[in-house]
Parts: sequence; structure tokens; C-alpha cells
Amino acid sequence: QKNGVSNGTLYKKKFIEHFEQAPMYVAVFTFVGFAVGTIFGYLRDFMRAWGLEKRNIAAEREQQKDFVPLYQDFENFYTRNLYLRIRDNWNRPICSVPGPQFDLMERVTDDYNWTFRFTGRTIKNVINMGSYNYLGFAETDVNALKTVTIELEKYGTGVCSTRQEMGTLDKHVELEKLVAKFLGVEDAMVFGMGFATNSMNIPALVGKGCLILSDELNHTSLVLGARLSGATIRIFKHNNMQSLEKLLRDAIIYGQPRTHRAWRKIIILVEGIYSMEGSIVRLPEIVSLKNKYKAYLYLDEAHSIGAVGATGRGVVEYFGMSPDDVDVLMGTFTKSFGAAGGYIAGKKDLVDFLRTHSHSAVYATSMCPAVAEQIIRAMKCLMGLDGTTQGLQRVRQLEKNTRYFRRKLHEMGFIIYGNDDSPVVPLLLYMPGKIGAFARRMLEKNIGVVVVGFPATPITESRARFCVSAAHTREMLDTVLNALDELGDFLHLKYSRYSKSSHPELYEESRLELED
Amino acid sequence: RRSPPRLYWLFCQFELITCSYLMEPWEKVLFYSFNLALLGLLLYTTHLCLAPHASSAFQLLCSFLGSPRGNAPSVVK
Repeated sequence: QKNGVSNGTLYKKKFIEHFEQAPMYVAVFTFVGFAVGTIFGYLRDFMRAWGLEKRNIAAEREQQKDFVPLYQDFENFYTRNLYLRIRDNWNRPICSVPGPQFDLMERVTDDYNWTFRFTGRTIKNVINMGSYNYLGFAETDVNALKTVTIELEKYGTGVCSTRQEMGTLDKHVELEKLVAKFLGVEDAMVFGMGFATNSMNIPALVGKGCLILSDELNHTSLVLGARLSGATIRIFKHNNMQSLEKLLRDAIIYGQPRTHRAWRKIIILVEGIYSMEGSIVRLPEIVSLKNKYKAYLYLDEAHSIGAVGATGRGVVEYFGMSPDDVDVLMGTFTKSFGAAGGYIAGKKDLVDFLRTHSHSAVYATSMCPAVAEQIIRAMKCLMGLDGTTQGLQRVRQLEKNTRYFRRKLHEMGFIIYGNDDSPVVPLLLYMPGKIGAFARRMLEKNIGVVVVGFPATPITESRARFCVSAAHTREMLDTVLNALDELGDFLHLKYSRYSKSSHPELYEESRLELED
Repeated sequence: RRSPPRLYWLFCQFELITCSYLMEPWEKVLFYSFNLALLGLLLYTTHLCLAPHASSAFQLLCSFLGSPRGNAPSVVK
């Protein structure tokens, strides 16, 4: 499904996104699977309630049976009966750096996933297709971490204070200046935790009487921040500009709900790359809409900073726009920089306001200086300030890896969602039975993947999400692709009806003949 | 690498689609026996319903082909 050309002149290069729908029988089978699971869930609950089976879930003490119930059993029906059966595919403990390969602790269960025990062995060199390590900065190379070790020995690990009290170190000031220079804005502010950056700063920017227009598939941190602020929230369909424009027009025409006064502020919350879909935001159209209707734009570049753009500066650079177009640029250092924390960047007035009014700035502990140094060295590497072209090479390698991986998966016939340039690759599995089978078999082949099901995704669209990294070599990607090919045939996952021929050589030959 | 035999693969697909892959062994026994019982019932009902139809159709066919002193229009010229 190609993008329409209604705003054809806004995009400087092709914007191709895929959201192919599977044939109808797939949805039918998915519901059959859920129905069988639900029936057996009821059966097991019945047996547990009547004492035919041992109860492993939390229950009140005998003396408190007459009190108001603490544990509402039915709400956890899904967790207890369906999630529990495949629980061994999540929360797997790892015991090495999450680079392109990592080590897993071997974990077995004796009572069907109620409890786990560690055998003491580790599974070595599992290919990592789940970590957000886009540029490969999660590394343990001694030369790379030289400056980080120096700073660790100089400052120690803890800051023991908040930014406003005694927690602002010279490292933070240096980092903020560097982030502002990297993004091309006036000023920036860094926080210790990426989730807290969103959820604590949106309440500082908007309040009652303001309107928040948030994308359907926004991350929980944005949703939490929006709800905490007390503003009115309206949702527009995912990446759908007609829906957003309609909401904007309605907001301006009708104003606030009962008084019909004008809204104090209208702010649009979007993300750069959506982590469950792999789609990239339509930034040129949103910016033109925001300029037309005088709204503000808050762009969360958690997954896109460092991962897209010619020099890794995010979606703003990817679309060839200037950072002045976006009012609040937010991002995290967890994904592409191998550290932890988040930043908010923009005009100096905005950042000065946030320094005094944001909850996170006032009350949260500031970033550890060793982590700040890791971000500084990663950013200097990306910008080329350390004298090498390693940063640019990493960005190019990520781009190449992404294109190769996506092209091969399309050719094999899997259904892949998202933009052709995004390093987040969701592969659709659909049926609940296949979620568990896929993750377990991939681990047997020594590949670690992340699978997601309901409720993080719609009920019929469970998926496996791959995160391509610049540190993956061609051999690793080929291993993964071969394993996927085999597994796709065995589990029957190749639902795509638009896959190219599996013999591209025949294509080329016939084209040459026609040109002659 | 040998690909698994066709019937085993179909059985695996059945297991995956109906989530019986995730069940504990006693649940699988229960589920399969229920399915087989349902299938058996279906086949029995089909047999019961279709057998009279089939036998009467067969009788009609026999009457066309069997007796040469039968209906005049059916005699081969």
C-alpha cells in the first residue's frame, strides 16, 4: 500500500509504509485459538475454585476471608490462563552486555511456568535481535570506554541529590551543551530516566484548559504524562493527517467543551518512530498543519534519534527539515547511545522554564556522571568530534542492515509492518499458539527475539519485533534470516500475498530481453 | 535438512491454531478426546442421514442399467 500523493511536494524522498492485512482465515484461526484458550481457562479456574487443583496464585489468609477481597480473581483471567502458559519467553535474565550477541541464563520450569529455577549454566553467544542497540554503542571494548572509566574513578557512581539542590555537575552542563549542538537548537536539558522525562514534563507544559492531540499508538509514558497534566485529550488515528486536521478544525471552531472559549494551548504529541509498528511519523504534513492552525508540536524521538537521518540526527534530519519547526524535541539516550536517560531540547525560554517547573528536574535524582560521559563520548563519535568517521560509519551500517533485513523478509513472504527505513521490524504472527512456539524455537536456534501479544498489540495482531543494530554483521543477519526462513515454513507464517518472486535472477533476465 | 513429513506438519498446524501446543498433557488428552468424539458423532450423523439417500440413488441407477425388459425409453437403440 503506497502512500498517496496528496501532499506530494512536501516529501523529498519516497515514503513507503506497509501495513498489509492477512487473509481472512488467519483472523478466524486467531479467534479459534483464543476461544479454546478461554474455555480451558474457565475449566482451570473452576478446578482451582473447587479445590480439584492446587492454587498457586495469591490468596488472602484464612482469618481474613470475610474481609473485603484483596485479590480480584477475574481481572487477571488473561494473565493467569493465557499469559502464564508462555511466560517463559519474557523476563529472561541476561548475564552479559546486550551487544549484537549476549549470554542468557538457562532457566527451566517444573510446574508449567508458575516458578522457574536456574540450572546454573549460561547459553552463550545468542544473537540479539531484541535490544534497542541501534548504533551498537552498548559495548565493552576497553579503548572505547576509556573516558568513561576515568570519569567513574573521578566522580564515583552516585550523585545523591536532585538537579535543583546539589546535583548539577559540570558533566551535566557539558552534556546539555553537546546535545543542543548535536540537534541544532538553542538549549537542552537532560534527565536521569527516559520514561520520567515524558511523564513528568508534559504536566509542566500543559494544564487544565489546554488540548492535547495524541496519536492512537503513543507510548505509555506520553499517555501517562498527558493524563497527569489534567488537560483534555483527543486521539487521532495513527499517522492519519486527515483525522488530525479534522480534530484541529473542530477544536478551533468549537473551543472548550461547555464554555466554547478558545483553548489556552493546543499541543500535538507524536513519536518519531513508533516502536510497535515501525512506522515513521509524517513530520512535514504535521508541521504544515501546526503552522496553519497555530498549535504546538511535541516530538518524542526515543527510537529515532541516532537511528534515522543521514548523520543520525533523527526524523527532523530524515525529512530535511529544520529543528526550529518542532517546538519541543524530546528523546532518550537508552536506545542509540547505550546509556540511560532522556533530554528535552528547544528554545532557551522553554528549557529555562522546564528547569524550574518540571517535576523531574526538581525532585528526581540527576544522571550519574559515568553515564553522562558515555553519552558524551557516543555523541562526539556520532558528530565526528573525536577525529574518526566511526560515527558516520555506524549510521551507514545501520541503514544498510535495515534495508537488507527488510528486503529479505519481504522477499521471503512474511508480513512486515512499518516504513522501509525504520530499524524496528515487526513480523506478524497473529495466532496466540505461534507466539510461544516462535520464541522457543528461535531460542533453540540460539537467537533471542522479543514477541508481543495482546494487550500491547491489538488482539488479532501479535508480532515478533526485531531491532536491527549497526553492530550486527552480515553473517549474523544471514543466520537469523535462514532460521526465520525455516521457521516460517514450519510454522506457516508466510502470509504475504505481495512477495516478490523467490528467483530474482529470472526478473533480471526478462527485463533485459524486453529492453533489447 | 529434511523437511518434516506432511501429516506431522498438518498436525503441528492444528496444534498451533487451537493452542493445544500450550496445554498440559492431561488437557491435551481431554481436548483431543473431545474433538475425536465430536468428529465421530458428525460422521455417524452424516452416515445416518446420507445412507438412505445413497441406497435409493443406487437402486435407481441399478434399475436403469439392470433390467433389459425395463422402461422403453431407456432401451439402447
